[in-house]
Amino acid sequence: MYAYDEIDRTLVNERVSEFRDQVKRRLSGELTEDEFKILRLQNGVYLQLHAYMFRVAIPYGTLATNQMRALAHVARKYDRGYGHFTTRQNIQFNWIKLAELPDALEDLAKVGIHAMQTSGNNMRNVTSDQWAGVAPGEIEDPRIWSELIRQHTTLHPEFSFLPRKFKIAITASDHDRAAIKIHDIGLRLIKNEKGETGFEVLVGGGLGRTPFIAKTIKHFVHGRDILSYIEAILRVYNQYGRRDNIYKARIKILVHELGIEKFSREVEDEWQHIRNSSLQIDEEVIEDIRSRFTYPVYEKLPHMPDELRQAAADPDFEAWRKNSVAPHKVQGYSIVTISLKPTGGPPGDATAEQMDALADLADKYSFGEIRVGHEQNLALPHVAKRDLPALWKALDKLGLATPNVNLITDIIACPGLDYCSLANARSIPIAQELTRRFANHELANLIGRLHINISGCINACGHHHVGHIGILGVEKNGEEVYQITIGGRADENAALGTLIGPGVKFDEVADVVEDIVEAYLALRERPEELFMDTVKRLGVEPFKERVYATR
Amino acid sequence: MTSPLEQKKIRIAGPSVVTANRTWDGIVVYRTAANSWSAELSEAAIVRNSDEAKALLAEAVADDVGAIGPYIAPVQIGDDGKVQPGNLREQIRRTGVTIGQPAQV
Repeated sequence: MYAYDEIDRTLVNERVSEFRDQVKRRLSGELTEDEFKILRLQNGVYLQLHAYMFRVAIPYGTLATNQMRALAHVARKYDRGYGHFTTRQNIQFNWIKLAELPDALEDLAKVGIHAMQTSGNNMRNVTSDQWAGVAPGEIEDPRIWSELIRQHTTLHPEFSFLPRKFKIAITASDHDRAAIKIHDIGLRLIKNEKGETGFEVLVGGGLGRTPFIAKTIKHFVHGRDILSYIEAILRVYNQYGRRDNIYKARIKILVHELGIEKFSREVEDEWQHIRNSSLQIDEEVIEDIRSRFTYPVYEKLPHMPDELRQAAADPDFEAWRKNSVAPHKVQGYSIVTISLKPTGGPPGDATAEQMDALADLADKYSFGEIRVGHEQNLALPHVAKRDLPALWKALDKLGLATPNVNLITDIIACPGLDYCSLANARSIPIAQELTRRFANHELANLIGRLHINISGCINACGHHHVGHIGILGVEKNGEEVYQITIGGRADENAALGTLIGPGVKFDEVADVVEDIVEAYLALRERPEELFMDTVKRLGVEPFKERVYATR
Repeated sequence: MTSPLEQKKIRIAGPSVVTANRTWDGIVVYRTAANSWSAELSEAAIVRNSDEAKALLAEAVADDVGAIGPYIAPVQIGDDGKVQPGNLREQIRRTGVTIGQPAQV
């Protein structure tokens, strides 16, 4: 966990007072909606179909249990008893009242949570690997650097009125769980040949209307220079980024139009002006941040405790363990992913009761720490292996032990037309139907790793472009129509999916996915060949033929 | 959301209403013939041509404290005179999400 200092606490509290005054003036008519809109967006408040939506930041996906309880409290007191975890380590409340928002913010501020920079044309919540600090083989805990960037960019005037929103993600592992290649800036923590810590810097990734995979702009930037290098990128973006057309305003368009070589030359020129300035980070600063991240005092535990050996006889436990439990950097411990994708449930949603109960379980089994991943699942990062059977039983009672992590029903979906004012089509009902279709866990395991991503409009909040199977809802002649892509991925080998043909109707989508899966099972050369391997080997044609042969 | 400015050249293809979200709590409301807002679609003022629509929208926009983001939305009127939303989006705004909420699933 990271311990905020007095400056952080003062900032968060002052922000609440400021927003309370702004809301008061809005409700009295002193501020018009035009004047107020930018202020509410700077505090994570959107207007959706039925109500205001309140987006709260979970910086680099780390939550203490008192923070999780505060989120449960907000869900219960100010909303309808649940929250929705998003693809960028935020949580959204869908039914909040503007008049009550300052109280909700004040309650969150008491535990150091806020909604700054969760919307608007500024630097958004810096995201990271949900396994940060516990993943084996990690270069260093990437949250240290996420926090550095958070501190530098929060309310930074130069980054508060950018041409468009700006998102940074950081990973420190070979396997990218933070989807850095679909971010405006992606940072991969690495060591150079001298053993110094630095970053491979990628730029210009993003999905939406015009999707791009980020390109490497610099293979190594020393850690001490990372703020100046990021600032140089942002200055070039601020100078040349388009403000006349919202659809062309993201940095990915600028990088594409200038070309990565010219863009990187501009950044390099700018960087030379500022790299030896006060933006150069003293080691003491990093050390101070590092020291504020506290880690559990782990026990010396056996690799295979008796409790785990005995529980292995239970096939249900084993199905869950194989699926949801990952190796930890410390022997005797595990990282447990908690699926928020129950059969028939909206992906990423958790009730206030589940949040409270999870906080209790995290206190009991995970040193009081919970993580949030971009796949819209949660994780307990420090679970002793001996506790896994007891934890599983407790999670199962809460409806949180669905053994489907990374399987076909572990679907990422945006809120879609059920909530979102931008959406053209529904996403959640499609996800719900797919989780029912593939509810048989033996079948899901037989299929193996397969990610489905669903977006209800071209803005791509469900990251459909990078789904192994991507589903995009559009509106055609007043009807919901869904375009299907296959072959996308969001990891270190990120790629955009390929459209397989004309869109299909709402009630045909699950059938189409079934056809694709059946084609894959028939085409794969051996059970170990994953869906993406088959797509890579054969291309999309066989799948296209299967889907459209009878349509 | 379509802004009122984008609806300057208002052409409506059938009966329509002006809808928005109430400022203090965000719920869906409809502009009434009595210069106010109602959460009931049945109480909405129905407009049938562009001039009527433009006038009703202008009146709604002027009430910035009462509701935000007003726009014109199509409705269908049944033989019994009952007013129904004219498309799926408006249907969802009126009747709520089409999915079970987590506590109900």
